[in-house]
Amino acid sequence: MAENTKKSSPATILAAWLVVCIPLAWGVYNTLLSSMKLFAAVPSGF
Amino acid sequence: MPLLSFLDRQRSVAHPGYSRWLVPPAALAIHLAIGQVYSFSVFKIPLTELIGITKPGPDDWAQSQVAWIFSLAIVMLGLSAALFGKWLETAGPRKAMFVSACCFGLGFVIAYFGAVSHQLWLLYFGYGVVGGVGLGLGYISPVSTLIKWFPDRPGLATGMAIMGFGGGAMIGSPLAIKLMAHFRTPTDVGVGKTFLVMGALYLCFMMLGVFMIRVPRDDWKPEHWAAPVKLQALITTHDVDVSTAMKTPQFYLLWIILCVNVTAGIGILEQASPMIQDLFKGMIGPVAAGGFVGLLSLFNMGGRFFWSTTSDFIGRKPTYFIFLALGAALYVFLPRTGGDHMNSVKLFVAVACVLLSMYGGGFATIPAYLRDLFGSHNVSAIHGRLLTAWSTAGVLGPVLVNDMREYQLAHGVDKAGAYQTVMHIMAGLLVVGFIANVLVKPVDPKYWLPDSVPRNESGSLH
Repeated sequence: MAENTKKSSPATILAAWLVVCIPLAWGVYNTLLSSMKLFAAVPSGF
Repeated sequence: MPLLSFLDRQRSVAHPGYSRWLVPPAALAIHLAIGQVYSFSVFKIPLTELIGITKPGPDDWAQSQVAWIFSLAIVMLGLSAALFGKWLETAGPRKAMFVSACCFGLGFVIAYFGAVSHQLWLLYFGYGVVGGVGLGLGYISPVSTLIKWFPDRPGLATGMAIMGFGGGAMIGSPLAIKLMAHFRTPTDVGVGKTFLVMGALYLCFMMLGVFMIRVPRDDWKPEHWAAPVKLQALITTHDVDVSTAMKTPQFYLLWIILCVNVTAGIGILEQASPMIQDLFKGMIGPVAAGGFVGLLSLFNMGGRFFWSTTSDFIGRKPTYFIFLALGAALYVFLPRTGGDHMNSVKLFVAVACVLLSMYGGGFATIPAYLRDLFGSHNVSAIHGRLLTAWSTAGVLGPVLVNDMREYQLAHGVDKAGAYQTVMHIMAGLLVVGFIANVLVKPVDPKYWLPDSVPRNESGSLH
């Protein structure tokens, strides 16, 4: 049987990263939104 | 069974041309899912209102009873990582990830039955024990595979995966809140259905990792890369078996380092919200304090990637020297930023964020430190045993923080002063870790596996 030597396509690699990065980005976005409440509360100079 | 033979290690060996950049997303799929455990606190209040719906009823569970679900899961994480690490080395990462996904998903399903039938033991058994086994196996399963794919950048590789564990809570928390709001009715808080949906979602997400993961061929190495001829003193080209590693002083020194680093981090995590409110009375309320906790989780996640990647350039031992020395200094300094002294919220937040980044960095850099000292042969199994330091810190940290604080308050110390004592204890612990790091030396050659001993693809001995 011939050995599969096909190179992984950049599209496959991109898709794999998107699958994990999209939920992570959503989580980071939500956390950033929550963090803004801290900055809103701190008066300038403190 | 032919269907499950897909999970065998031989079936997951990468074909020539397979990109190693497909492996970190596979690891991330697992770690982003199991990192959900750190957002379990969002279920705490709904689980105490299963009967009362709007407020805890007389037959509802107490928060202290519900808290044991999370504690059990973390204890099982450490135990299963220690117990099944050796099996993982021979079974391969795909099979281990598959079992992890099944356990983690099944844990949620059992928890669903526990919530709808109001049986607390089902939550302990489901999310705590079965889910906890999924956590432990999932946590260590991609480690040695990533190190083998990235011999040139082991810190970067393991940092990417373990960063996912830090990021998992950021996904799990809003997801659970939105699902509970969706399923909430006048007669149901919606937590049961949320468990069921989350179990199914996480099972599917983790299966992506199962399908994507590949182990490199024995003769594989990165293109245009050759193993360095002159290695740093601590980096070995030899391997140490997991059982033998347990007999070396290096294992216990790293155990101490991880344990104190995690304990100190918990010192802040455990009391982040009340601490900022007490130190800056009248300036920071509960809502802003919640934002502070969110910011800490971002730095906890980012630090995992930043510090482990940095360790590839400056070395593992110097990286831990930074964590332990800078950490100790910052823990002493932190209370001085409060309202009684410098009164600078920004400085307080900045110091706490640096400390949390080093807490995360300590987790993410340890697999590469183990690889440097013991080789990549049994690194997942050794990592699994080392994670008992995490379980220990998970108990030690909160006990130290809460008991010491309560003792101080009971003896008339004001709230801000009580934080100072706790932070000084954390600094002292980090000094102990610093001394342990000084004592880390290369592993004695008598512990090395003989070069003549043949190993199969799995890295296990014939």
